[in-house]
Amino acid sequence: MPASFPELQAEAQRRWQELTAGSQPWIRVGAALCGKAAGSDAVVAALNNSLERHGVKATVSEVGCFGLCYAEPLVDVQLPGGPRVFYGNVTPEMADEIVASHVAGGQPAPALALGSLGDGPSGISSINQLPMKAKEVRIALRNAGTIDPSDIHQYIATGGYSALHKGLTQMTAADVLEQVNVSGLRGRGGAAFPTGNKWRFLAGSKAPVKYILCNCEEGDPGAFNDKGILESDPFTVVEGITLAGYATGASHGYIFIRHGHEGPVRRAQQAVRQAYDLGLLGKNILGSSFSFEMEVAFTGDSYVAGEETALMEAIEGKRSMPRFRPPFPAQSGLFAKPTNINNVKTMAYVPEVVARGGQWFAGIGHDKSTGTAILCLSGAVQYTGMVEVPLGITLKEVIYDVAGGIPSGKKLKLLQTGGPLGGVLGADKLDLKLDFDLLRAAGAILGSGGIIAADEDACVVDLTRAIIAFCQYESCGKCFPCRMGMSHLLEVLERICRLEGGPEDLALMRNIGENMQAGSLCGHGQLGFNPVSSALRYFGPEFDAHIKEHRCPTGRCREPRFSPSRSRR
Amino acid sequence: METLNQRIAQAIHHQPQPTVTVLSSLLAVEDALGYIPVEAVEQVAALTHATVNDVWAVASFYPNFRFQPPCPHQVEICWGPSCHLKGASGVIAAVLDALGMAGEGDTPDGGLTLRYNTCLGACAQAPVTAFDHHLAGRMTPEQARARVQELLGQPGGENRHAR
Ligand SMILES: Cc1cc2nc3c(=O)[nH]c(=O)nc-3n(C[C@H](O)[C@H](O)[C@H](O)COP(=O)(O)O)c2cc1C
Ligand code: FES
Repeated sequence: MPASFPELQAEAQRRWQELTAGSQPWIRVGAALCGKAAGSDAVVAALNNSLERHGVKATVSEVGCFGLCYAEPLVDVQLPGGPRVFYGNVTPEMADEIVASHVAGGQPAPALALGSLGDGPSGISSINQLPMKAKEVRIALRNAGTIDPSDIHQYIATGGYSALHKGLTQMTAADVLEQVNVSGLRGRGGAAFPTGNKWRFLAGSKAPVKYILCNCEEGDPGAFNDKGILESDPFTVVEGITLAGYATGASHGYIFIRHGHEGPVRRAQQAVRQAYDLGLLGKNILGSSFSFEMEVAFTGDSYVAGEETALMEAIEGKRSMPRFRPPFPAQSGLFAKPTNINNVKTMAYVPEVVARGGQWFAGIGHDKSTGTAILCLSGAVQYTGMVEVPLGITLKEVIYDVAGGIPSGKKLKLLQTGGPLGGVLGADKLDLKLDFDLLRAAGAILGSGGIIAADEDACVVDLTRAIIAFCQYESCGKCFPCRMGMSHLLEVLERICRLEGGPEDLALMRNIGENMQAGSLCGHGQLGFNPVSSALRYFGPEFDAHIKEHRCPTGRCREPRFSPSRSRR
Repeated sequence: METLNQRIAQAIHHQPQPTVTVLSSLLAVEDALGYIPVEAVEQVAALTHATVNDVWAVASFYPNFRFQPPCPHQVEICWGPSCHLKGASGVIAAVLDALGMAGEGDTPDGGLTLRYNTCLGACAQAPVTAFDHHLAGRMTPEQARARVQELLGQPGGENRHAR
């Protein structure tokens, strides 16, 4: 007989108390993809080494992404009952210093510290004063970088699974669906479709087997927030999918990840297994009449596998190529059963929406874009990382306040948003608010939340060529207007980069783009001209310089170009 | 010593997840062996009640499958837009030069595989490279060249898909 939920909570609380205010300091090391890339493995080894040499005991945990990717490896030290003190860009040598002064000596090292978090004196200013933190409202990321993503008890101790408990004990399935509806939550996977509407389609079907899919394909280069959430707090995603299952009367859930992203894969698998162990998945969840099964499924390397029907093909074990619609997934999706699909971020919001109510969520954000945006900031900005900010703040605030502006005194040239099927925005568009509809009207999309900044050194033709090279490589090949169109577009853009383009090339590209849009089954071909059309819209003169004057104003086009040799056809 | 066929059987008959498909079985083989031998195509076809053609169709579609035994070392360089803007081309050029190669693929002596990756997921640390599946951010051409030369002088790394 599994424990009741209050018993689970009490046990989780006891463990959390022991960890944060027990006998040993707790050292957390950022070890998501950003942490790993910055060298967290060496820092963890150095910390353990140093602890042993100083003869002190401490718990060292690898946690996920706290958001400050630019400052990785990020280490924070919490003495029993005290605040967390963060140290950034930690080297193995610094790790030794931190252990000596803070962990063994009991004195934080203010000269090394970035900031502190939580009650108690540390003599160090709050980490929330940092530019990247000051505007944050953390909902989906509420636990990221704070809990150990391999331990479900830490999630429960910080409020996790109380939404599912509330849903199963105090709300009907229709009540849960209604809260999601009221929240105005829109899908964060790209199309920004209202989640409640989508769930209602599935809830309307009385079939005994129905699927909920959670999409973590995340092929958008420049976006790492889905992987970041799974690596930091996979539990909120699993709880969100389970709530979606309850609200729609579904029987099975799949978390779908690209094979090879080992961190997110391992965390998702652990979170599912631990939920089963505690009776939070499987038959009669928490003693209710609701049963739900979940597993993690994989695709190989394929961008189009993130498209909803291609994803179903991949879970069925086939080539990830999109299907004809109708029938729509809610009628006949995975294994020909009614199916609903949502992005990782969408699912990650659901527990808080249910716990706090849809009205609360709807009160955050701007107009029909409710809640927060989970942004991945990369490229030419001072502070790169993953932040969660309320929708409705301006791009200027994002770039100059949150991301600290453009380094080396350079000027911002453009923002590339929404992934490879999104677009570029000129630097004169920074007054735009983060809002799904306003960004779309401006020719870019918020998409999955990736924002890549380019400074004046970047050549817009070269960048567009790089993005189309990606789209060409990733075309699945099913629809020939996309398959041929992408190859042809790339050929033209390469010609323009070689300064061998002619005035007729612009009309040629538009023509190809129109054909792709009209003749492709999925968004890859339908939206695949966006990078070119948006670049032409904001940077026509730069294309003209290449085509009419045969010169590249930045000189970037002279650099060597590399693209994959293998295509998938 | 286990035969190749036994190792394949071991991999595909013990998949932990309930849903077993052509793709999941191929991925299990790739995990275990680092490549898809002809024998695996046949065994996967038998296991999943598919034809050998069906299995090849899937295996040839996803570029992460390879059909020769893996090289002891692997270098993956991201050419996604964040990395491109931060100088990935220079890193690629340096690595190609250090390897004496003109593009992706295995070195002639079979010591190292070079792959371009569309996004290694650490864009905030661009440009990003993975050496034997260990991510390294803020890569410079000089560092990349040195790391590659270091790898070539070392015995085989683990054959594993980690990023
Ligand atoms: C080519 C292509 C690639 C896509 N890749 C992803 C992806 O990686 N992750 C994702 O969540 N949605 C992706 N989408 C959007 C999905 O089709 C789908 O709309 C989304 O997962 C629905 O979730 P949401 O309603 O929560 O946004 C992609 C769409 C296209 C056309
Ligand atoms: S674009 Fe290179 S790691 Fe994402």
